[in-house]
Amino acid sequence: MKKKKPFGRAAIFLLCAIFAFLFLMPTVLTITNSFMAESEIVANYGMIFSTTSGGFVSKTVNLKFIPDKVTFEQYLSGLVKSPEYLLKFWNSVLLVVPIVLLQVAIAAVAAYGFTRWRGPVRSAIFFFYVILMLMPYQVTLVPNYLVAQRLGILNTRWSIILPGMFAPFSVFLLTKFMRRIPFSLIEAARVDGAGEWQIFTRVCLPQCRSALYSIAILVFIDYWNMVEQPLVLLKDADSQPLSVFLSNINSGEIGLAFAMATVYMVPSLLLFLHGEEYLVEGIANSGSVKG
Amino acid sequence: MKKRGDKLNKKLLDQLHGLCYLAPSILGVSVFFIVPFGVVVYYSMIDGVGSHNFVLFDNFIKLFQNSAFRLAARNTATFSIMAVPLAVVLAVVLALMLEARIPLKSQFRTFFLSPIMVPVASIVLIWQVLFNMNGTVNEFLSVFGADKIDWLQSQYAQIVVLLLFLWKNLGYNMILFMAALANIPKELLEVADVEGASEAYKFFHIKLRYLSPTVLFVTILSLINSFKIFREVYLLAGAYPYETLYTLQHFMNNTFDSLDYQKLSAAAVVMAIVMVILIRWLFKAEDWFGKDVEG
Repeated sequence: MKKKKPFGRAAIFLLCAIFAFLFLMPTVLTITNSFMAESEIVANYGMIFSTTSGGFVSKTVNLKFIPDKVTFEQYLSGLVKSPEYLLKFWNSVLLVVPIVLLQVAIAAVAAYGFTRWRGPVRSAIFFFYVILMLMPYQVTLVPNYLVAQRLGILNTRWSIILPGMFAPFSVFLLTKFMRRIPFSLIEAARVDGAGEWQIFTRVCLPQCRSALYSIAILVFIDYWNMVEQPLVLLKDADSQPLSVFLSNINSGEIGLAFAMATVYMVPSLLLFLHGEEYLVEGIANSGSVKG
Repeated sequence: MKKRGDKLNKKLLDQLHGLCYLAPSILGVSVFFIVPFGVVVYYSMIDGVGSHNFVLFDNFIKLFQNSAFRLAARNTATFSIMAVPLAVVLAVVLALMLEARIPLKSQFRTFFLSPIMVPVASIVLIWQVLFNMNGTVNEFLSVFGADKIDWLQSQYAQIVVLLLFLWKNLGYNMILFMAALANIPKELLEVADVEGASEAYKFFHIKLRYLSPTVLFVTILSLINSFKIFREVYLLAGAYPYETLYTLQHFMNNTFDSLDYQKLSAAAVVMAIVMVILIRWLFKAEDWFGKDVEG
């Protein structure tokens, strides 16, 4: 058994490397291709996206990692020449930032409620939250639509922000984190004369700092890439986020699409690289629906 | 007597205080999810938003007779049945692979997780480049003499989407399994080693037991995510894709556009019921499997 191990490990390493290549390839391709000139893009992918603009078109598609000539042409035309993409990017920010901040804030308070006071009623409510969290969009979008219509906020940002604020995902995850805070810590604070609110803000929240961060990243990534909600709730193209708009870039501008997708990836990429440890911890802790 | 009353009052006050913390969330959830869902249930049983005649199950019967709904339900079910077990098994394999002492372990973890942050639109572009009639995959296969096919317009369309699904979700599932593997008591595995147990024995008789709650959680999660694949399919193939790619979310979206509330509500109710049954069933399974390991 022991003797066979080095060979086994080499095989595993090789397999991991192959998987890693497959997993990374689309991301890397998006980024490198965003630095290609439109003519090079057309030459490589013209066959697929059937552009009408002339020039050399390769008979077969060329999946190329390294551009012949690195150019910022696409970024220039996307970000400087027309304000459209920046506007859509800003739309995304206006939608996602309030959702992340408010969802986490409301969830922190609620999680404290679920942690400090227990009982059959509260367990039932918590279980209901779990069910709600697991409901696919297909189910929750119709209620969302009806409320938005009734409140007169259909086709405004609020039709997405308000339900997003109350999404039960953060409540679920934060409750699981908070229940791990040693009870003695809370008891000690109470003996020192701290009220519930003080215990919450001075003891609980500082203990949960990394959890709050990891949940914020998860929520951000989820909403940053949303497509379903804006498609149904925001018919007005001007206020749609870049995640939806990116897909509408017409097929003559593939290079531009790569560049704008790269720009759109930057916030999640930075969060991901900066907070990967927290992110992994956050995911790892969501591991079981119970308890 | 008075003292007891005080105590009771205090307890009540304490409970009310606790409720204050839950209030914002419960209020929001009620307004945005529960009450409107009640309305959806009501809509699913009346004959029209204008007339409000109670028709009980007529809308459901009509829904089940609707060929588009049946197609969408069948496709969604087929896809989930293929995708969920694969997403679970392959994630366990990845997690086990990263348990081995190999170099670059944490880098591999990062790489496997990275797809979660890639915008949908760019994935879609890449997938088109790969699976188009003149795409890379066909180029590659033609070396072996295979005929060119338009993958997204063929019987393999669901497999193309399946690959996308796995690419996107395996990393997240893998992290969940890695965490579960790390929680297995080391002494147990050491004892097994001393006793000369094979890797396979250790996996099936020890590790899998401890992984079972996570297996069920990842199953639920992957099930939900398999419903979300509409996002990618919609961007790849539009509102009316190849037949096998027409999912429930396509049906809902297209029904939204025609504002047929009865059909829409009935479909949402059916889906909610199916989900609750599935989740309850999986929870029961978790209880059953997890009963002899302290989770």
